[in-house]
Amino acid sequence: MARIFAYIVHKGGVVDDSAFELAAAARKIDPAASPTAILTGWGADLDAACNTLGASYAETWKIANEALAYPNAELVRKALVKVLPSNGIVLLPHQHFGIDLAPGLSIKMDSAFVSDVLDIAGVEGADLKVVRQEFGGQVSAHVHCDISSGAVVTIRPGAFKAVEITPGTSLVVNQSVVDKSNEVGALAAGRRYLETVVAEAGDVDITKYNVLVSIGRGIQEKDNVAIAQELADAMGAAVSCSRPVVDAKWMEKSRQVGSSGKTVKPKVYLACGISGSFQHLAGIKGSPFLIAINKNPKAPIFQVADVGIVDDILEFLPELTSKVREMRSVAAK
Amino acid sequence: MEILVCARRVPDTSENEIELNREGDDIERDELVYSINEPDNYAVEEALQIVARVGGNVTVATVGGEDDEEILRREMAMGAHHGVLIADDAFTGSDGRGIATILKAFVEKGHYDLILTGVQAEDGRAQVGGMLAALLDYPFASLVNSIEVLDGRKLKVSREIEGGNKEMSEIDLPCVLSIQTGINEPRYVGMRGIRQVASVPIPSFSAADLGLDTGTVGEAAAKVKRVDYFIPVLGKGAEILRGTREENIDKVLELVAAKGGLK
Repeated sequence: MARIFAYIVHKGGVVDDSAFELAAAARKIDPAASPTAILTGWGADLDAACNTLGASYAETWKIANEALAYPNAELVRKALVKVLPSNGIVLLPHQHFGIDLAPGLSIKMDSAFVSDVLDIAGVEGADLKVVRQEFGGQVSAHVHCDISSGAVVTIRPGAFKAVEITPGTSLVVNQSVVDKSNEVGALAAGRRYLETVVAEAGDVDITKYNVLVSIGRGIQEKDNVAIAQELADAMGAAVSCSRPVVDAKWMEKSRQVGSSGKTVKPKVYLACGISGSFQHLAGIKGSPFLIAINKNPKAPIFQVADVGIVDDILEFLPELTSKVREMRSVAAK
Repeated sequence: MEILVCARRVPDTSENEIELNREGDDIERDELVYSINEPDNYAVEEALQIVARVGGNVTVATVGGEDDEEILRREMAMGAHHGVLIADDAFTGSDGRGIATILKAFVEKGHYDLILTGVQAEDGRAQVGGMLAALLDYPFASLVNSIEVLDGRKLKVSREIEGGNKEMSEIDLPCVLSIQTGINEPRYVGMRGIRQVASVPIPSFSAADLGLDTGTVGEAAAKVKRVDYFIPVLGKGAEILRGTREENIDKVLELVAAKGGLK
């Protein structure tokens, strides 16, 4: 079996959770694997990150280069191509950096590419068999990937249970750091990082609410947002939303829950007309009680919700609002 | 600026419930509603807005068959100057690399300053743009949610990164960008607009027209193959309330109150 590598995303000397999930995915591809971690970067942050992988990786390759101080995918790709064996299997997280780097890396390594992998179904001959989703999670698919000349595989965040670091071993027992910096040389790219612009705060901070009435594409038009707002007002909740609602400019970006929006931890989450893409679910933490209302009984949100109602939110929500108001007025008397 | 947008016609997930066919090896395709892949439509709108500012032409190309002409006409009705169909039996079964190889051959037949794709299609692979850029040795940026044309041969782009933050970069032309939804508000296309372009001829390019070695594309060259579809069994799933609407509402309120949500 070919050697398995995991590209470790890190920031400020701290490795991303995906580092330990990739280790789990590597072991599912080959239970006997002792995967190799690869970190690129510069200075003290890189050294600190290299030293926090503990028992998850037997060996760590470090590529230090001032040009890699900020992770520019084109520069990282050029560095990786110089050090990786041509038949290696390279795992990356399927998030914004992996999406930026991985497809081009597969071309330059002349390897197969498969993205957003949820599970490994096994290896048979030269084929790596993986599970992916299509159509926003409505169906899954088995995909076979010929890894005889290597592979680049991106792994869905959260899909593999992280291989834990053994407590107390964060500063290296059986781990060796191999410095590969000299193999890389000077790096230049046609794309140059300028700055990171932090998201603007909105009028309502959805992270502060115990109950969120969250709306998706099923709200259908901007005027209907008021239906959700009325329910939220009656319940003392806030209205949040999924990506299509922001794309359509029906709500501000600050209301979006998901990997490219806010991370929320309410007690109760009412998903109204939300299909339930993994990017959306990634923004819901702390296991709230999740109630899904969607007229499509096949909506993936029903796979993860605690309670589901197959109904049209445009009819269901106003009736729910009246009932809440009725309860409130009885309670006030 | 000469802009190429690579687009694709896909089953529209907002219009369809995707189900397996009776054999369980494919999705049921008989009554699917197709439309342009949503991020690709944003890419076309962005291209149109750029040429409105700095001049130039927008070409929309798709690798597919005759049925796919409909999205080319739709995008031409939006204002794209040219629609191009890249079609050949030899392309059937191509994986992402195969499609990128076909597009590279097409790009090299013309002169484009900027190539846009949607960030991903219905299969969520997010691969062709980055592959095409690497094959062409052009710079690439994914998840782009704003574009500003700078003086000289450069753009300033932002990428959508975690938490709604934006990563700003400068990128040299020619380059490839994958466009994220929400970058703009795509204009509405009415039936009248589509009728106006209904008889515009759409040129078609074959493997031979592009000088493509058919051994590098299609099923035989594909290293990645989808072998089946299935419906996953994930956890226990939701407890579906099957009462009347009124009963369901009472149950929801009871549950919300029990979970500390109605105080």
